[in-house]
Amino acid sequence: MIKRIYNWIDERLDITPMWRDVADHEVPEHVNPAHHFSAFVYCFGGLTFFITVIQILSGMFLTMYYVPDIIHAYASVDHLQHKVAFGKLVRGMHHWGASLVIVMMFLHTLRVFFTGAYKAPREMNWVVGMLIFFVMLGLGFTGYLLPWDSKAYFATMVGIQIAASVPFIGDYIKDFLQGGDIVGAQTLTRFFALHVFFLPAALLALLGVHFYMIRKQGISGPL
Amino acid sequence: MTEANKEEFPAEEMPAIRKEMSRRQFLSYTLGGTGAFLMTLPFVVNLRFAVDPLLQERAGSEWVKVVEADKITETPQSFSFQKRVVDGWYKSEPKMEAWIARDENGEIFALSPICKHLGCTVNWNGSPNHPNEYYCPCHGAHYTKEGKALAIAPEPLDEYEVMVDNGFVYLGNLKPNERV
Repeated sequence: MIKRIYNWIDERLDITPMWRDVADHEVPEHVNPAHHFSAFVYCFGGLTFFITVIQILSGMFLTMYYVPDIIHAYASVDHLQHKVAFGKLVRGMHHWGASLVIVMMFLHTLRVFFTGAYKAPREMNWVVGMLIFFVMLGLGFTGYLLPWDSKAYFATMVGIQIAASVPFIGDYIKDFLQGGDIVGAQTLTRFFALHVFFLPAALLALLGVHFYMIRKQGISGPL
Repeated sequence: MTEANKEEFPAEEMPAIRKEMSRRQFLSYTLGGTGAFLMTLPFVVNLRFAVDPLLQERAGSEWVKVVEADKITETPQSFSFQKRVVDGWYKSEPKMEAWIARDENGEIFALSPICKHLGCTVNWNGSPNHPNEYYCPCHGAHYTKEGKALAIAPEPLDEYEVMVDNGFVYLGNLKPNERV
């Protein structure tokens, strides 16, 4: 049945080359854990992406109940976690996934570093990877404020003060992040917008470039 | 994907017919199955989370004590009361209004003042042209004392569930008018 639907579409649009191009690619022996178990270190990048997909998915669903307002933010998180079915799981996925994605990304970075995969001709992909790293940290920082509990509030307070210590432009960064004179209503809506629109858009664009380059240049050779 | 490996041999050249899965087939089934399972779990959890409002049981009617029963006359009078509403994480006590009167048999009934045309608020004797009727100032819809729509509005005024207990009138949820 599915095969026939696929064939019907394929006859008209010739979609097979498209996904073949995306999905069919050579996996060299030295990165295949079936040949050398130690090659599992080459999986960290893919695992980072897998968790990123989970983060996007669970994040989209969380916004069905969350409201970025200082009076209702905490109550809405409390409601979605304790009153809505599977709320604990959905918020749990997003909460634990946020930490795990940083860990996986860090392991991926270490693998690239210690296998020397950043060397020519892949320097640009290392730079894009670093940009992804900072966007991810930005997502972690902005997401941390959203439940609007004491921990979130003071973490953001400290984070903004660290940002304010940047020479010359620190005060501007602080005003940009805080949006007002205090960490308050305007900070929360700002962090929400950054967390769900701006940073994910930047992340997806950078991931596209990252994946395009690795496909174009291929995986680096064995040690 | 598996189509490519099914090479057609003439029957006499086949050494032995072994209807076994190829290695590639086995691998694509197990890896594909595991991958699908891993992706399905978060989807199922998220979807159940999203459709939760559909599966929540609707709260039953909560009775609000509004007025002493002996104050209710044959002429409708407006009474306001506050109802506790729990809307997710937001709890409020919005002010509600009801026009309460007795019918010819002395039975108490209460009507909603919300016009069934476009949702404005009707008033008893709201227009000198329509004496002893509910009148809506927005588009001139008017209703009888029982709430029957006489013009403009497509349906009669909604009715509150009424309970009289120990000399007091209690109002519950709104329901479609059953008197006309």
